[in-house]
Amino acid sequence: MSAIRSPVFLKALRSLLLPESLLTAPEDTRPFESDGLAAYRNTPDVVVLPDSEAQVTAILRLCHAHQVAVVTRGAGTGLAAGALPVDGAVLLVLARLNQIKNIDPLARTAVVQPGVRNLAISEAAAAYNLYYAPDPSSQIACSIGGNVAENSGGVHCLKYGLTVHNILKLRAWTIDGQLLEIGSDALDAPGYDLLALMTGSEGMLAVITEVTVKLLPRPERAQVVLAAFDDVAKAGAAVGNIIAAGVIPAGLEMMDRLAIQAAEDFVHAGYPLDCEAILLCEVDGVNEEVSDDIFTVHEVLAASGATEIRTADSEEQRLKFWAGRKAAFPAVGRLAPDYYCMDGTIPRAQLPHVLKRISEMSIEYGLAVANVFHAGDGNLHPLILFDANQPGELHQAETFGGKILELCVEVGGTITGEHGVGLEKINQMCAQFSTPELTRFHEVKAAFDPDGLLNPGKAVPELHRCAEWGAMHIQGGQLPYPELPRF
Amino acid sequence: MLNTLIARIRAAHADNTPLIIQGGGSKTFYGNADEGEILATRTLNSVVDYQPKELVLTAQSGTPLADIEALLAEHKQMLAFEPPHFGGAATLGGSIAAGLSGPRRPYAGSARDFVLGVRMVDGTGQALRFGGQVIKNVAGYDVSRLMVGALGTLGLITEVSLKVLPSPGAETTLQFELDEAAAIVKMNTWAGQPLPLSATSWHAGLLSVRLSGAHSAVHAAQAKLGGETVNDASAFWQRLRDQTTPFFDKRPSTWNQRLWRLAVKPTTPPLKLGDAQWIEWGGAVRWLISDLSETTLREAAQRYGGHATLFRGNAPIDGAFTPLAPALLTLHRNLKQRFDPKGIFNHGRLYPDF
Repeated sequence: MSAIRSPVFLKALRSLLLPESLLTAPEDTRPFESDGLAAYRNTPDVVVLPDSEAQVTAILRLCHAHQVAVVTRGAGTGLAAGALPVDGAVLLVLARLNQIKNIDPLARTAVVQPGVRNLAISEAAAAYNLYYAPDPSSQIACSIGGNVAENSGGVHCLKYGLTVHNILKLRAWTIDGQLLEIGSDALDAPGYDLLALMTGSEGMLAVITEVTVKLLPRPERAQVVLAAFDDVAKAGAAVGNIIAAGVIPAGLEMMDRLAIQAAEDFVHAGYPLDCEAILLCEVDGVNEEVSDDIFTVHEVLAASGATEIRTADSEEQRLKFWAGRKAAFPAVGRLAPDYYCMDGTIPRAQLPHVLKRISEMSIEYGLAVANVFHAGDGNLHPLILFDANQPGELHQAETFGGKILELCVEVGGTITGEHGVGLEKINQMCAQFSTPELTRFHEVKAAFDPDGLLNPGKAVPELHRCAEWGAMHIQGGQLPYPELPRF
Repeated sequence: MLNTLIARIRAAHADNTPLIIQGGGSKTFYGNADEGEILATRTLNSVVDYQPKELVLTAQSGTPLADIEALLAEHKQMLAFEPPHFGGAATLGGSIAAGLSGPRRPYAGSARDFVLGVRMVDGTGQALRFGGQVIKNVAGYDVSRLMVGALGTLGLITEVSLKVLPSPGAETTLQFELDEAAAIVKMNTWAGQPLPLSATSWHAGLLSVRLSGAHSAVHAAQAKLGGETVNDASAFWQRLRDQTTPFFDKRPSTWNQRLWRLAVKPTTPPLKLGDAQWIEWGGAVRWLISDLSETTLREAAQRYGGHATLFRGNAPIDGAFTPLAPALLTLHRNLKQRFDPKGIFNHGRLYPDF
């Protein structure tokens, strides 16, 4: 019998929590069977919902003593099956640790528990004209603990950075219940940069119970320009030209024809439909600087061959321009029963080549693709359309997606820009990293969690898995035994 | 050349020879004294790739910072963390290994914030690559940023990819006569407003504030803030960055006076630890020339959420950095053991026992 089902363990676990904070009946645990990547499901054996740091540490110590694995979950909005339950593991849900403990407007920091929603921080800071910069599109629901675990980005990364650039300090606990105070209230801390190491570590190293985030002054003004192009390559070149002109836009987004059409049908943002690509370029900052930058952006876009340029002249119009982009995923979701969202990053100069290859593969695999692109920082989100009810289509979409990620690595990019590896991209890690590099990753984990109890099987592939994947890979992407689940 | 270095590291690993990694030798004073054969990175001195439109530069670790900054300047770009040169010979690898940043740091980010990827050789002579040349990358643990500030104890950095930024179109520095307490409040208040701040400093009753950005933005902010415009301001900030002002020279004259760097929460009120003080980073760094005890200074910094570093002494240093809590020290030892199992790289430079 696995340790998690032993009466001794369960009794001890029960003694730590209120009855409603421990779920074991399948009808109660099933809602936790997947995160935001619903194609991967596994009903957890045990779900715990602690409401204090003391409970978290007691749970970790107990699991360590019984050698029971722990999968940590925040709001469950992750897109890489990072919080997918693992057989024999406790699912540790931190959503109830949701207190904003302190906002210090003069020092521009907020101390928050991991279950606090990303947007809730900015809402609470708004009274001081401050905000928390990283804004993943799930910001209304996703929690800061998960943002740290995934090093989440958003549309404003190029100018304002990722989560790693916007946090100062963590309280985290090792699986054996030792407190790690990482970072400081100053701008650096002595020793190795464990704050960077923890950020994006996907719940593999320690469990976070408190985050100190930086807050920024809200920009005086933000303005957005929309430009249409008759060729995606021209739109891609325009992105580089804006940056070469010395402007760092707050947001710089691109959509291709299919994504534009879908967004327009869905929210009627007024996008031009007779084009191959549109760019949305937002600049923010001091009033005078925004005026200058808008002028520059306008000139560069015209010189780069834009067929149409519109500048939002009111806040209402700015929000309307963005509405189409922000609704792009659900809009594309209306085109097919299912879609599969990829997350590769590429050097921007490779964009025309990569888009061309994606459209070739789209024909090869018989699945349509809509492209939404954080153009400023090279983060590509191809949305592969498929129908999971058609036999083999999910598998076909996954294989196609895997190929796109390998293409990203081939052109000097990465398999994941902001969603994380989780379980979803674990095979593609073998394409990006060599055996010695993967070995170092395992050793980093072992430095924190020698028994491998935190989120086992995620983020870093076992070496034998890469060997098997390499062998399978030679056969033109056709996995043997496709009917078997891949995890 | 890389192969020669790898062969040397493998030999050192085989026969337990301690090595001291050295680029330009401009920061030999920094950290604890260490002993070993010099492993020079000067042969690794070329810019591998620079795409101004991508905002990414990749260079070998022994490339002089001055060369990199000159190349960036041709394209009106810069290293936004404004790394110190300390005498001029500083290299990229040394800057990243030391993890030191200059006056722009609180407003633009630190050395580690701009690192996108590294190539390195670990203590067994294995060449490894982490991160990459793209701005967003969350595949695998962030080992490239772990190398920043590790003072070479986890491996030899051979190549670094950095995000670079456009240089500001305009820059001006304003000065205000203010006492210490008022200056600290001002620096923090202004940082909470949408102003184009790029550096702050307070010393001897004078607050200096640098504004950088579009001409229009700088002029608007100047009109709002007032103060006296400083002539030759870029020399002022460069002297502060490289510690060549007379303040930092005062130290050698008296044997017991040492230069301490107290990193604290930026809103920390005046520390009252003596008059020989220079504040920068919006209040988050307090440089002290002091003969007070290590314990006194470390306790003061810790009381305000930070830490104290013995930055320059007059004799070999054996306790430069604030000691780590036991759980963190264990993690440090574990990581060192994995990356450099025989402890051949810069032994003791960061902490005495590894």
